Amino acid sequence: MDFRDTPEEAAFRTRVRTWLEANAQPRHNDDERFDEGMNEEQRLAAAKEWQGRKAGAGYAAITWPKEAGGLGGTPMQQVIYNQEEGKFLVPRMVFEVSMGMCLPTVAMWAAPELKARYLPPGLAGKEIWCQLFSEPSAGSDTGGIRMRAEKQGEEWVINGQKVWTSSAQFCDYGILLTRSDWDKPKQEGLTMFIVDMKAPGVEVRPIHQMSGDSEFNEVFFTDVRIADSHRLGPECGGWKVMLSTLMTERLSVGGNLPTNLHEGLITLARKARWNGRPAIEDARVKAGIADAYLAMHGLELLLARGITAVSQGKTPGPEMSITKLVGAKGMQDIAGFAMELAGAEGLLTHDTLGQEWRFMQRLWLSAPGARLAGGTDEVLKNVIAERVLGLPGEVRSDRKIPFRELER
Amino acid sequence: MNFDFSDDQRLLQEEVRKMLAATSTSAEVRKTLAGEAPYSAAVWRQLLDMGAAAAAIPEAYGGAGLGYLELCLVAEEAGRHLAPVPLASSIYLAAEALLQGGSEAQKQHWLPRIAKGEIIATAALGSAETYLTPAPLSFDGRTLNGSVSALPDGSVAGLAILRHDDELLLVDLAAAGVSRRALPSLDPTRPYAEISFAATPAQRLGAGNCAALAQRVLDAAAVLLAFEQVGGAARTLDMSRDYALERKAFGRQIGGFQALKHKMADIYTRNEMARVHAYYGAWALSSQAPELPVAAAAARVAATTAYNYAAEEAIEIHGGIGYTWEMDCHLHLRRARYLGQLIGSVHAWRARLGDELVKGAA
Ligand SMILES: Cc1cc2nc3c(=O)[nH]c(=O)nc-3n(C[C@H](O)[C@H](O)[C@H](O)COP(=O)(O)OP(=O)(O)OC[C@H]3O[C@@H](n4cnc5c(N)ncnc54)[C@H](O)[C@@H]3O)c2cc1C
Repeated sequence: MDFRDTPEEAAFRTRVRTWLEANAQPRHNDDERFDEGMNEEQRLAAAKEWQGRKAGAGYAAITWPKEAGGLGGTPMQQVIYNQEEGKFLVPRMVFEVSMGMCLPTVAMWAAPELKARYLPPGLAGKEIWCQLFSEPSAGSDTGGIRMRAEKQGEEWVINGQKVWTSSAQFCDYGILLTRSDWDKPKQEGLTMFIVDMKAPGVEVRPIHQMSGDSEFNEVFFTDVRIADSHRLGPECGGWKVMLSTLMTERLSVGGNLPTNLHEGLITLARKARWNGRPAIEDARVKAGIADAYLAMHGLELLLARGITAVSQGKTPGPEMSITKLVGAKGMQDIAGFAMELAGAEGLLTHDTLGQEWRFMQRLWLSAPGARLAGGTDEVLKNVIAERVLGLPGEVRSDRKIPFRELER
Repeated sequence: MNFDFSDDQRLLQEEVRKMLAATSTSAEVRKTLAGEAPYSAAVWRQLLDMGAAAAAIPEAYGGAGLGYLELCLVAEEAGRHLAPVPLASSIYLAAEALLQGGSEAQKQHWLPRIAKGEIIATAALGSAETYLTPAPLSFDGRTLNGSVSALPDGSVAGLAILRHDDELLLVDLAAAGVSRRALPSLDPTRPYAEISFAATPAQRLGAGNCAALAQRVLDAAAVLLAFEQVGGAARTLDMSRDYALERKAFGRQIGGFQALKHKMADIYTRNEMARVHAYYGAWALSSQAPELPVAAAAARVAATTAYNYAAEEAIEIHGGIGYTWEMDCHLHLRRARYLGQLIGSVHAWRARLGDELVKGAA
């Protein structure tokens, strides 16, 4: 065991850091944000500009072949890049769905002409992508979607509604899961497409989330036409395509967890006072800091095991399936404990308490969403129990029956 | 053995519940969420006119002269309906401090105004945890200088009762030298303000060392807040259960998944444990029993953890829709935090419970 870089890894790290130092400002703490004071338009422009610059240097998709706009590098190099980029003030989030889920799906399933058309501008940040799976009546049960796709000659006509689509309000393209055959059982009648979010008949309505922001949307499709050439995977092969997307999603989500939250607690506990003494001296506060470390640093170690597998060319083990579960609940518990450090004053916002609170308060408001997005806690526990431990699944009556009949 | 409320008390609860169901609606609560009003004047007026808010204030001081048991049930309903009103600040804390420690003249002067809603009162009786460092209070026997950082309902209060070392001070907020700053809160339905004093006239409340008095008031408030929390937690569980019966996934009601059944059974268990501790607190409070410190701290710890858990898991049970602004789940998440931290965090109260139990066993 050795946490140090190999000589090759160290060399790559130096190269990446030199490039980042020349192109971005270093980040001093979790509360600092790149987009301070920017409106949405400016934020978007800045994110596109940054993505373009990364792509120019080959860092947009390190593991992709050079012909496809990548660096032809190793998964380990991607990890090193992510670690180093995390120390700089750069735009986040906007390209997460594009890079983490949509473009890999396009790369895996699209015909060569489509890849040539969509991958380079996607990597370069000229186009942004969203993932259109969930519907009002089908979230955990993605196989129950009803977005209707009807074939007319070489085109498909799309009608229906999606919901919770992150970033749809400024996306150019999306990967869209539809039902193309209502006479097949639920998971067998699905087809995936690339959809132009600016096409006639696509209407995006932002949803106000509990944090007060509007990061996700409802998307309505009325007689939207998609050329058959924009299908991803075979007709009625959408379920497999979707599973491949979710695989990459769950892996990429794990990489973005704030694993040093105990440090945030220490900063706050140094300033808070319990019974007139610095809170940091209190055994209960130390226990809270310890718990934060156990959960979140544990995740970092788990990720290190995943990275090790990746760097050795192996598939990460099944233990990786616990990362989002531990991380999202951990964030909720730690943010709650942070608020308790300040007692009654813990309800005041960071405007009054100070900038050092901003990150924790955002976590408190976003953690409930993190426990749902990309698979709820309960669904993930089912996955662990059934796929990792091999326990029997729920008795299901809906697997073999034509979807049309389920609807009744 | 009779560990329950009387029929008359339940009748009052029922009336308050009906009134709040009609007035303290989601739309009404959301006016305060949006900052359109610091509290719901309509709901507050009804609670006052029914004699519900001032249930525990004696008739001699303009109250309804009922008692603490009645007030506890009013609190439960207020919690259930997220009532955006200054019950905690004006009634559980300020009126209680006056009742327990005020001189006859102070009681005669202030309690009827509070009971009739002519003024809203607030109090800061000392919290185990602090973060901000406002200009310290100084009192020369006549005038007060300095600031208090987070007074509940401070922007609309006409009277403040403040802890300053081992004294409690009574400050008419209409007097000279008072300035206020509303502070944004993570529960915007229950706002805070910072209040500063510059040579503001103030008087002592009670005589001698007031630490014991302040603690007695906090114990009473802990019991009353526990009832609000129990009401809020029960309501969130109702919402979750109703949704789980209605929502379908994988061809069945989501409430049929054991993961959600056990989750809701856990919430129910915590809620009912909190309820019995709150009831015991109500008994101790209303009968002035020596068990009050233990019972109040137990009620506070159990109710705080129960409401936080019920509110967090309500969002989870509702799925994506639970995470939206339009659903009331987040109103409960915010309120659970407000009630659970208003008079100090769960950690301070758990420690107090332990201390009291050890002391009692010695
Ligand atoms: C912040 C955020 C961003 C999102 N972004 C996107 C996006 O970009 N694209 C997209 O397509 N979707 C997105 N989603 C949707 C997300 O994937 C769904 O919300 C999630 O899968 C849950 O589905 P649902 O909301 O329909 O809840 P439901 O599936 O109705 O779940 C309700 C409750 O039932 C439970 N439940 C359901 N099935 C079972 C079972 N078999 N066993 C036990 N319990 C069960 C759930 O755990 C939950 O507690 C996002 C969601 C959030 C909160």
